Amino acid sequence: MNAITRTLKAFTLYEFVQAHALTLKYFFKPKKTINYPYEKNPISPRFRGEHALRRYPNGEERCIACKLCEAVCPAQAITIEAEPRDDGSRRTTRYDIDMTKCIYCGFCQEACPVDAVVEGPNFEYATETREELIYDKYKLLENGDKWERAIAANLEADAPYR
Amino acid sequence: MTEFFQSLGMSYEWAWFVATLAGILLIALPVMLAVAYIIYFDRKVIAAISLRRGPNVVGPFGLLQSFADGLKVFLQETIIPSGANKGLFLLAPIITFTVALLAWAVIPFGAEAVLANINVGLLYVLAISSLGVYGVVIAGWASNSKYPFFSAMRAAAQMISYEVSIGFVLVCVVIYAGTFNLNGIIEAQRGHGFGFVNAYGFNLLLFPMWVVFFISSLAETARAPFDLTEAESELVAGYQTEYSSMSFALFWLGEYANILLMCALNAILFWGGWLPPFEWEPLYMVPGIIWLFLKMFLTFFLFSWIWATVPRYRYDQLMRLGWKIFLPLSLLFVVMVSGWIMYTRVGL
Amino acid sequence: MQVFAFYLFAAIVIASGAFTILSRNPVHSVLWLILAFFNAAGLMVLVGAEFIAMLLVIVYVGAVAVLFLFVVMMLDIDFAELRAGFAKNLPLGVALALVFLAELVFGIGAWQAGGLDMAESGVSPGREGVSNIQAVGELLYSRYVFLFEAAGVILLVAMVGAILLTHRQRLGVRPQNVARQVSRRPEEAVRNTNPETGKGVSL
Repeated sequence: MNAITRTLKAFTLYEFVQAHALTLKYFFKPKKTINYPYEKNPISPRFRGEHALRRYPNGEERCIACKLCEAVCPAQAITIEAEPRDDGSRRTTRYDIDMTKCIYCGFCQEACPVDAVVEGPNFEYATETREELIYDKYKLLENGDKWERAIAANLEADAPYR
Repeated sequence: MTEFFQSLGMSYEWAWFVATLAGILLIALPVMLAVAYIIYFDRKVIAAISLRRGPNVVGPFGLLQSFADGLKVFLQETIIPSGANKGLFLLAPIITFTVALLAWAVIPFGAEAVLANINVGLLYVLAISSLGVYGVVIAGWASNSKYPFFSAMRAAAQMISYEVSIGFVLVCVVIYAGTFNLNGIIEAQRGHGFGFVNAYGFNLLLFPMWVVFFISSLAETARAPFDLTEAESELVAGYQTEYSSMSFALFWLGEYANILLMCALNAILFWGGWLPPFEWEPLYMVPGIIWLFLKMFLTFFLFSWIWATVPRYRYDQLMRLGWKIFLPLSLLFVVMVSGWIMYTRVGL
Repeated sequence: MQVFAFYLFAAIVIASGAFTILSRNPVHSVLWLILAFFNAAGLMVLVGAEFIAMLLVIVYVGAVAVLFLFVVMMLDIDFAELRAGFAKNLPLGVALALVFLAELVFGIGAWQAGGLDMAESGVSPGREGVSNIQAVGELLYSRYVFLFEAAGVILLVAMVGAILLTHRQRLGVRPQNVARQVSRRPEEAVRNTNPETGKGVSL
């Protein structure tokens, strides 16, 4: 392109006009924003969100206090204390996950031999104090009972790849 | 308006004083409201071009977003850096904001609706925009911090560079109009184009000057693509870095009031101000102020459109544009316009 | 009303002038100077020379004072050294102040004694009924056009001289050629090749 054409294009702002025509076309296109609380985007079954402790179908808690999850956690967010239960089985007396330390890597989920601790699909659990985010013992974790159906469906969907 | 207050029984001085005060409030308060809504409109336009929705939660269609932002900023803590020069630190946003509002005194909203119908109106506007540089420079220096200082120096140099080419474009318009009075300039545009178009913008000699004025006003108000002084990724917030709460809000309000002023000047100098676009009787039914707002609105849409489209200029490219391209070009046009006026009005 | 405005502007000019020399911080001095300029412009509006007033603001406040401010902000002030100079230069300062005072007294005395008869030299009175700018323009471009052009040429020479005196060739610096950068096109910047395995690409 010789100098004359270049100068002419520069002074008539030719390329600027082209660019603006393009953006004006986009001005009238339908918008891609979703209306968040009422519309949500789909998430993968492998999504790592709020932790939960699962149970067997007969109601027995799955966790056998093997402490593999505590050992593998890179952020040392899990604290476990174990004692034999009254019926002699090996169970935890204390299972805390500090959600503010947790990096949501999913190693605990991968390490657990009985699929007790999982990372569920929930990410909307914001609180107003830090203390509420240290999930104590397993009271709130057992409220993974709340998410069991979704968690079970996700595990089933992802099983062929694990 | 003075007569109105005089008819209420006040003496001439008091009536004039109250009338002026009322005029000031009648201009300043709607300008502040307009600034709040122009910020909202800006965000909506840029979002729409980026295939987003922009604010749409606070109030219907997000119309109350600016007020929510204002409330948030108002409730923040005012932090003054310990090494900063306290008086100047707080003075800078005051200067910016006050100067932005000062220039609205000469903007005509109708044939008689102007607060100060002085016959050096355009020079006054130029003087006020020269003062705007000080808010920036003092803000940067008083922050006692490297990056705001650099940014302030760059911003000040940018503003004064483009004031020069704005000055020459104004000279072109004034040569055509024959007066510095803004109402006079608008009246001179009546029927300028073939007898029925009320605008200088379609004049072949003045249209390039409109383009130069438009781009220079983008640079003067440090608006994209010339917004490197507040380029977030480079200089944090530029000269506004150390500011918080009300001082920050004053900077923002002053900046957008300046932008509105430039839109108004664009409309008045080149597109007929409060005159309707054509000399057609039914168009005069619409009050002049509506035409002015429409033109300002369209100009501002152009401002937002450009922000969403064009990437940022580098500082040396910006300076080169101001001094090496716009200045010679506007000087050339001054010579051409003077020649044309000599030829057509004065005769060879 | 005018009287009140006059006293307001005059008082602020005098006060700003005083603070310009009294403040310790040079940036504060420049800011007081700007205030003084601004109020001087206000005084000129009161006299009826609104064109000069606006020019004062545009040129002095908008350009000259900005330049002062830039320079002063980049300065590195050593206050102790400044203070030391005060005592040393005091005699000369007092002598100059006395000279200025004498000039003021003579000036006021001469004014009170009646002005010079300037009618001989042909100073033309301003026309009534035209605006300030028009009157200045009519006079400036007809009777005094040579002086006007000469002033312009002097300013041009000053600008060129300043650039010439301070411009120096900096070796080892490679500036950017913006026009060349902007005119770069993908056709000449990118070349697609398909090299065989094991053979390199020659650039």
